Amino acid sequence: MLRWIAARRRTVLTTSKADETDIEPGLRDIPELSMITLRINGTKRDLEVDTRTTLLDALREHLGLTGTKKGCDHGQCGACTVLVNGRRINSCLTLAVMHEDDEIVTIEDLGEPGHLHPLQAAFVECDGFQCGYCTSGQICSAVGMLAEAAAGWPSHATADVSSSQIALTDEEIRERMSGNVCRCAAYPNIVAAIRVVAEGGPT
Amino acid sequence: MIGQALNRVDGPLKVTGGATYAYEFRDGDQPLYGFVVGATIGRGRITGIDTTRVESSPGVHLVLTHQNAPAQGARDLSVPFEYWRAYPTLSSPDVHHHGEPVALVVAATFEQARTAANLVDVEYAAEQGSYDFAACQDQAYAPESLIFGIPADTAVGDVDAGLRTAEVQVDEWYTTPYEFSQPMEPPACLVVPDGDDLVVYTSCQIVDAARASIAATLELDPERVHVVTQYVGGGFGSKLRIHGETILAAMAARALQRPVKVALTRQQMFSSVSVRPTSSQRVRLGAERDGRLVAIAHEVTMHTNRHVEFIEPTATATRSLYAAPNRLTSTRLVPLDVLRGEDVRAPGEAPGLLVVESAVDELAHALGMDPVELRIRNEPTVDPERGVPYSDRHLVECLRDGADRFGWERRLPEPARRRDGRWLVGYGVAAAIRVHLQGPTKAAVRLGPDGIAVVESDMTDIGTGTYTILTQVAAEGLGLPPDRVRVELGRSEFPPSVGSGGSWGAGNSSTAVHHACTALREKLLAAASSDVRSPLHGLDTAGAVFSGGSVSIDGASEALGEIVTRNCPEGLEAEGETVLLTEEPNYGAYAIHTYGAHFAEVGVDADTAEIRLRRMLGVFSVGRVLNAKTARSQLIGGMIWGVSQALAEEGVVDMRSGGFVNRDLAQYLVPVHADIPEIDAVMLDGFDDKANVLGVKGLGELGICGAGAAVANAVFNATGVRVRDFPITIEKVLPGLPLTEV
Repeated sequence: MLRWIAARRRTVLTTSKADETDIEPGLRDIPELSMITLRINGTKRDLEVDTRTTLLDALREHLGLTGTKKGCDHGQCGACTVLVNGRRINSCLTLAVMHEDDEIVTIEDLGEPGHLHPLQAAFVECDGFQCGYCTSGQICSAVGMLAEAAAGWPSHATADVSSSQIALTDEEIRERMSGNVCRCAAYPNIVAAIRVVAEGGPT
Repeated sequence: MIGQALNRVDGPLKVTGGATYAYEFRDGDQPLYGFVVGATIGRGRITGIDTTRVESSPGVHLVLTHQNAPAQGARDLSVPFEYWRAYPTLSSPDVHHHGEPVALVVAATFEQARTAANLVDVEYAAEQGSYDFAACQDQAYAPESLIFGIPADTAVGDVDAGLRTAEVQVDEWYTTPYEFSQPMEPPACLVVPDGDDLVVYTSCQIVDAARASIAATLELDPERVHVVTQYVGGGFGSKLRIHGETILAAMAARALQRPVKVALTRQQMFSSVSVRPTSSQRVRLGAERDGRLVAIAHEVTMHTNRHVEFIEPTATATRSLYAAPNRLTSTRLVPLDVLRGEDVRAPGEAPGLLVVESAVDELAHALGMDPVELRIRNEPTVDPERGVPYSDRHLVECLRDGADRFGWERRLPEPARRRDGRWLVGYGVAAAIRVHLQGPTKAAVRLGPDGIAVVESDMTDIGTGTYTILTQVAAEGLGLPPDRVRVELGRSEFPPSVGSGGSWGAGNSSTAVHHACTALREKLLAAASSDVRSPLHGLDTAGAVFSGGSVSIDGASEALGEIVTRNCPEGLEAEGETVLLTEEPNYGAYAIHTYGAHFAEVGVDADTAEIRLRRMLGVFSVGRVLNAKTARSQLIGGMIWGVSQALAEEGVVDMRSGGFVNRDLAQYLVPVHADIPEIDAVMLDGFDDKANVLGVKGLGELGICGAGAAVANAVFNATGVRVRDFPITIEKVLPGLPLTEV
């Protein structure tokens, strides 16, 4: 592993130069594969991945869990948001090999047609999406966000950061959901959907 | 059923991650992964490509370059619409813009392809390119005509004379930046070879155009190309045509006889797809003291890529918006070596109304007149340039209703007068107008013996709600509950359509489905009334009522499924269609548009000039609404695009290479949740009987039309600072802010 990292680092450094003949040819041929076990949606999944494989690509390309979307691959859009040990993360910014033994929850585990999670049902009812490509990320993010607020975590929009009680105003919801871009701009409807659930509305 | 706020029928799939987008299909063998390599110069020639190191990189199956790419069909200008034309890729060593694909690396895994793509050594002979729009204005030329043969320039009366005699004049220059569609789903495809055929899962707005373009480029019989586009993660114009990713994947899949998939990275979406051209616009308005316009001139200059001419119809909305006896519009193009322009949401109206509706606000200020009232005073009775009546114009109602709902009377006419703590608060208004178009679209409706109707068309749902509205139209057309209708879209073997774009998708496809249902009802009635086993046998079908899955005549009734079971157990089918607007007399005899009025309230920080939208309302006239929920969502989405256009979006060109420097979502700014407050959209009741039999017009683009101007005008009202170089950003407002009392 260390040898591989050293080789990779040299590759990265040298690709900016015109001449890369100083890469040791043998190193590049080392298979960079790793056997890992991921606990996804309550199920253990064994897979062999390239160590460079992101958690996002492991889900989409190796495990067929394509509900998690790739929008930018750089942590700038939030379409790939999943829950790892209950916390929301951008699955494009983390490698699959880093998540041995973590509990990973994706959109597929929250609900299914006919048995929707309250947030999924609220998104449908409030029309909190159009093209649907950011939707999985918005919903997973909202699940994580509601837990953060319930745990009393303050945000930039919190008036009193010393209080353990967060009043989940629209401004709080907007601030806390701002890592999830929606280019269809369904924002007012997304906030409405989250508000319904936050207020313990219809499930 | 039509008009109801039915939840999206594809909603449960989309919220559970079950909707399958192009890159996510699995078909046949494990696919190979392609990664695109883009040119690092803006103009010049490739003098050499060394692929030896790539080819020895782990997992690499193929490196496509211009040296080994197959011969391709040329872009044929006799094909009437660009999106159906060939898209040659890697067809020559010439570089036409920065980021143009110069190679495709295909490997067993995405990681291998991406790493190997870094090892392609390309040598260029770079030439000096033209990248600076402002510096190249002297090279502007007049294009022959706009899309549909619409004239590039128009003139009525004598604008110069009108301006000379006008008591109040506005004469200002504005600029709008390069803007990108940037849908959340990057352009992506999976191509699966099947003998001589290609199955192409691609993210596109027009399936028929994708098929034609792939076939023309690869010189294939279009019947050999099967396009599947079930769900599209947004398009906003950028997926009207397929681009290099699809052509490259198709070439690689054919060469390797393996499934190949390619997606562009977010960064590549700023260099190898398309861009809304940047513009320079001069607006001259002349009015009498009572506000009546005597002259309107809107002169537009935009960039085009030197090799592929694209003309955004930016002055056309001005031709129909306000009355004035003396008028002039013009369109000029400046050829640059910058990425080619293509349609971005509301092509023409978006940059044009942003500017013209700002200028009208400037006129209102110069006149000391309420900008709502100024607009109402210039309401035309007929289309002022074509001389034909409007089909269904309700702009004044939109303005009055919106002003009332918004509380417009609380606006202070004098700028920079309203304070709310540290915020300077302003109100702005702007009008919206968007041309309504119709194009050729077919749909089939088949009723099975189970009483379920299946609608088929190659039409797409790009988030617009097509699955849902066609469910409603078919349910109403056949008297079925919506859960007895299934809509299947986005396959090239289905009846062809002109897809989603130009706000014509809803009107075209719903009209086609309506006609198909009408024809299917006739077939059902003919079958039942001539069948001795039917309770409807021999009855006069003129009074037939279709409801609840049955048809009734004078108290006798039979389930539709039974009629089908007895007469054609394989199902009974009928087709409906729409034709191109040039073949539809109403589109010549009337000016057919949608309308709206935007009202915005902004706060501008008195010390820092930070601009925040506080609330916004749009009131729209769109004919008949097919689905109150999805229509409202689209309008709100469009309005937010307008906000973004006014305050955020701007592609910045690197003058050394012609590439865009801010090529990701951290640097090309689009609104996030925290930027968008409460926004509402209201639709007036309506029915445009000149548009089509359903009275329906499209609205996917109307929301953006003029929305940015309402925000810009609110910034002026808040601060007294008029920014004419969009977007309106802090550094442009700050120097003009009124001094704050300490």
